Amino acid sequence: MTVVIDKRPKGAAAGPESAAEHARQKGDAGKSLYKPRTPIYPKLVHGKWRTIKWAILIATLTVYYVTPWIRWDRPGSLPDQAVLVDFEGRRFYFFWIQLWPQEVYFITGLLVMAALALFLVTSLFGRLWCGYTCPQTVWTDLYIHVERLFEGDRNARMRLDAAPWSFDKLWRKTGKHLVWLAVAFGTGGAWIFYFRDAPTLFVEFWTGKAPMTSYISCFVLTATTYIFAGHMREQVCTYMCPWPRIQGAMLDEHALQVTYRYNRGEPRGPHKKGQSWEGRGDCIDCNACVTACPMGIDIRDGGQLECINCALCIDACDEIMARVERPKGLIAYDTDAAVAAREAGQPPRYHFLRARTAYYAVALTVVSALMLWGFLNRSELTLHALRDRNPTFVRLHDGAIRNAYTLKIANRSFEPMPVEVTFSGVPGATLRMPGEPAGASIRVTVPANEVEAVRVFVTAPPDALTQSSMPAVFDVHSDHAKTQTRTVFLSGAANPQ
Amino acid sequence: MSERERDQHTGTETTGHEWDGIKELDTPLPRWWLWVFYGSIAFAIVYWVLMPAWPGITGYTHGMLGKSDRAAVTGELAKLESIRGAGLVKLKSASLEQIESDPQLQTYAMQVGASVFGDNCATCHGAGGGGGKGYPNLRDDVWLWGGTLEDIQHTITVGVRSGHPGARGGDTIMPAFGRDQLLTDAQINDLTEYVMALSHRKADRAAVARAAQTFADQCSACHGPDGTGGAKPGAPNLTDAEWLYGSDRQTIHDQIWNGRNGVMPTWEARFSPETIKALAVYVHANAGGDAEPAAAAVSRPSAGAVSGK
Repeated sequence: MTVVIDKRPKGAAAGPESAAEHARQKGDAGKSLYKPRTPIYPKLVHGKWRTIKWAILIATLTVYYVTPWIRWDRPGSLPDQAVLVDFEGRRFYFFWIQLWPQEVYFITGLLVMAALALFLVTSLFGRLWCGYTCPQTVWTDLYIHVERLFEGDRNARMRLDAAPWSFDKLWRKTGKHLVWLAVAFGTGGAWIFYFRDAPTLFVEFWTGKAPMTSYISCFVLTATTYIFAGHMREQVCTYMCPWPRIQGAMLDEHALQVTYRYNRGEPRGPHKKGQSWEGRGDCIDCNACVTACPMGIDIRDGGQLECINCALCIDACDEIMARVERPKGLIAYDTDAAVAAREAGQPPRYHFLRARTAYYAVALTVVSALMLWGFLNRSELTLHALRDRNPTFVRLHDGAIRNAYTLKIANRSFEPMPVEVTFSGVPGATLRMPGEPAGASIRVTVPANEVEAVRVFVTAPPDALTQSSMPAVFDVHSDHAKTQTRTVFLSGAANPQ
Repeated sequence: MSERERDQHTGTETTGHEWDGIKELDTPLPRWWLWVFYGSIAFAIVYWVLMPAWPGITGYTHGMLGKSDRAAVTGELAKLESIRGAGLVKLKSASLEQIESDPQLQTYAMQVGASVFGDNCATCHGAGGGGGKGYPNLRDDVWLWGGTLEDIQHTITVGVRSGHPGARGGDTIMPAFGRDQLLTDAQINDLTEYVMALSHRKADRAAVARAAQTFADQCSACHGPDGTGGAKPGAPNLTDAEWLYGSDRQTIHDQIWNGRNGVMPTWEARFSPETIKALAVYVHANAGGDAEPAAAAVSRPSAGAVSGK
């Protein structure tokens, strides 16, 4: 997939090679089945994109850590946590929204919407998700920041790693790993608060009274955070994550990506102050883009599987371009087609409206509209009728036929709900609950936020039963809501006893 | 031991034996296999010390952990008893009416009842209690031996013609009028027509007229002069829609000829009183839960004497 754009004459002196290049050469040499990992020492850069990334890092981590502590008043004994996946109570709470397990399709819909939005954004602007908001990127960025605090920037880190063990090296390494572990523990610790009332669990956790699942989940998340963000880093993206491979189907030459504008940069080569820029490219081969890259690649090799489009090389290059007094944007968000057009001496053209973007946008709009419609129209009252199958019907002493049903009436509101159930489809049929008198309807009060199972006997006079199986409908209504469910009334009328 | 010969190709020692020019390699065991083997031996020794392992003449080595499957089963059963305990204690003290009116206790009783019913009653009465030919339907409103909670509880306890001293039915049975030659063929044919007429169906009028006296002499003592049953306990109502063995002419004729009588075992020795209570609540609720079933009340001169099947 690597496109080599290097237009230097062969054998020209090369600067520090990218880690990927190093690994490529090393990987071919050995017989090992596994490619050896070359450590990557990303250099700190300053600039527009770095600032945006810091802001997103702070915002996303704040959302992650703070959300479980937001309180939201709910009536009665219901949990007062704004966002809670309550497995014990079998509810999902999100501020004013409450979902029951049977409404999990809303979550499915949300995931479908998220996937389509990801497709759309990727086909328009490339790997924005990977570069800015993916937890792997955010936590790795945070971990590299911690590493920098203890061990210094790129060059200091490389020196430290090469140096023999000393007290200085020991405390820097120990300190880094301890802070990493603390961050990892904070990550795992915050995760479990999404599944149980946060203040309660906090006390339970430290007094050893929390459920074992909390400790196990916390441990697993701590371990994965520490390993993924501290030790595996870019390997998670390159080898474990399927998304870099899938996105090949979303990207084309009109998608915005972090791009090296080779039309401007080539032929590259070192540049001394005062030298003419005539007949050469703007790239001075300083490798600032390579040293800044957290994935260990050379962006000048073109679009690559490894590139997460984090834009740090843009900042690195812009800094250099300002210093050598050339225009910024040698590396920038651009499309392959535009760069190719410039190379051919034509004006670049951008096509944001393409078949795939239009398709993703339409699909996203349709799914979102359906989900919204479904969500706004969901009833706080639902009804299911389970027919007794054995016996399917009972003949009473006067020849009347009785069917028994178990009605499951769900009240999704936070108030007890008095409801009335009626039955239609069989003329003259009467309803009754066990031990109660028969009538045209039954009345029950469904407790708040619960499902009431109601046994109902429906008795029909023999002359009303024209078919052995008659379609019938149960209707239920409260003061503000109503719903119905279809069923059948069986009588065996076709086979009189 | 002297240096053994090495195979040139593999560098492995040979066993030194040779058959027609073929030498056997003495390839060493893979290292991992050897470690697993040693590990297994170590594990076995630890296991013998900790767990029951070696059989002896009069017993066996018990091991330091004192593990015993039998003790574990006993423990689990005791745990189960303690879980059920609270509910069972309540069932014991509560009256049947109290059980039915307390939703929590009723749910508990229904679950116990459903489980006991499935294991013991469903064989004859059907999984849902819908009955079958000769086995009463427990879901309708027709009760041979009474449909109140107390009636059902009593029937389950003593059984029907079960040999229990207080059994339902006692020694009252329907005679086999044909087989025992108590009536002639012609009389039985006429009676069949009479019973058909009782339940408002097409019948030979002449035969009905001929059988009127026979019915009054032979049948009305138990089934009542008008055939509505219940004159003696357990005698079915012949005028309603419910038929224990079937409602067609042939079945009615066969019943008069053979005089089949229902039998149910006594469950007093099998079940605790609490279990029988739970079973009674379950059966009663599934049949509609009426305090006084409609059909049972139609001709119910005394407790236990009911119309129907």
